[in-house]
Amino acid sequence: MRNLRANLLELVRRTSAELPDDVVQTIARYAKQEQEGSNAQYAMNIIVKNIDMAKLKSAPLCQDTGSILFFVRSPKGFDQLAFEKAAAEAVAEATAKGYLRQNSVDSVTGKNTGNNLGPGSPSIHFHQQRGTRADVRLILKGGGCENVGAQYSLPDTRINANRELEGVRKAILDAVLQAQGKGCGPGILGVCIGGDRATGYLHSKEQLLRTMDDVNPNPTLAALEKDIVVSANKLGIGPMGFGGAATLLGCKIGALNRLPASYFVSISYMCWAYRRQGFVLNDSGKIVEWLY
Amino acid sequence: MIQLVEPYTEEKIRALKMGDMVHVSGMVYTGRDAVHKFLHEGGKPPVDLTNQMIYHCGPVVIKEKGKWVVKAAGPTTSIREEPYQGHIIEKFNLRAVIGKGGMGAKTLEACRKVGCVYLHAIGGAAQVLAECVTAVEGVYLEEFGSPEAIWAFRVKDFPAVVTMDSHGNSLHAAVLEQSKERLKQLV
Repeated sequence: MRNLRANLLELVRRTSAELPDDVVQTIARYAKQEQEGSNAQYAMNIIVKNIDMAKLKSAPLCQDTGSILFFVRSPKGFDQLAFEKAAAEAVAEATAKGYLRQNSVDSVTGKNTGNNLGPGSPSIHFHQQRGTRADVRLILKGGGCENVGAQYSLPDTRINANRELEGVRKAILDAVLQAQGKGCGPGILGVCIGGDRATGYLHSKEQLLRTMDDVNPNPTLAALEKDIVVSANKLGIGPMGFGGAATLLGCKIGALNRLPASYFVSISYMCWAYRRQGFVLNDSGKIVEWLY
Repeated sequence: MIQLVEPYTEEKIRALKMGDMVHVSGMVYTGRDAVHKFLHEGGKPPVDLTNQMIYHCGPVVIKEKGKWVVKAAGPTTSIREEPYQGHIIEKFNLRAVIGKGGMGAKTLEACRKVGCVYLHAIGGAAQVLAECVTAVEGVYLEEFGSPEAIWAFRVKDFPAVVTMDSHGNSLHAAVLEQSKERLKQLV
């Protein structure tokens, strides 16, 4: 695949330095709802200023460029090993250029690898799809927000949540309460009902590939998504936990089948610096469309 | 907007109240997980931290034409340092801890004792805050890795909100209580 490394370098740069339009518009809308002269308005104004600056300077929106999560829908015959090699080279180059922070630490020795490469980094999930095109998406998800994600096993007596939609709702709202401002809100939630502990969390992150204004095809989940945003914002945690109107910008919920014995609600909390981008490649490796 | 300019005296710090918006001008020293553990366990700081500010930050700093250039410099989540922070504030007489997400009761008490505040920078505002760094005056403990080193930044008009003052007031405690009460009405 010609130019794959260069295309992936550009994908990393764009993801790190530019927020997608739908997120920028949502932030602008919520910024207007904060009280004049409040700490919340102060925070939102600086966030908006930062978004503009990062794009102009082609520099990271946030210094925590986070976990590097690739999601690839590839056609039959796609060379996954070549993709992994190109992605590793692009990531190392992006790190040298400062698009990415040196963010990969050996968990046993404590040593930073210096180039974002190491076991599990970058993370690449492949799914095969029909046709001749490849759909390549990237999320950069910072550690601060990652740390306030949570996985609930229902029933949960602490929050009085049973194995039903109302129990799911209680778990999600509890996660928002516990997070307070530590996830750099106003945040966006990716949620999975069901799965096992691994697939649940992964599917919750895949929910973050959806756009801000898409509608869940499952009406029950669509209604729950809307309710969560309204309810979470009633908590008044606000941007950065300063107190204010904007606690959540969105909530995307998916579901996987589960074992009869297990009922997990997996919640991935994404910060306001909601960095996701992607492109479609045709069969000669040319970018035919940017996805966000 | 309150201008908080070096030298950072106890008087200037005690005058700050929870909720005040400030612009810091002067030196700040970055320090996060590795540095806090090191100092807490008795490590000798490579710079004099007396009356200084520690900034919870793992910046992106690149060498361009032989000079350090700060590419991104937003705050990291402070609560991870809670086991160490109070002790370090008292040991070095720190005047402020800058970070995001707030800190706990031990830190709040140390702030009250010493005359120190917690300044909440805007999380993710890496470019706005990088622009506030007018000079990189040194880097220490580089063996911890670039994000975990002590970077000596000279800053101008660095924006932050006083969310924990030196009189026992914490906006984080207040918002937590308020949000807990509101959640009770929603479930």
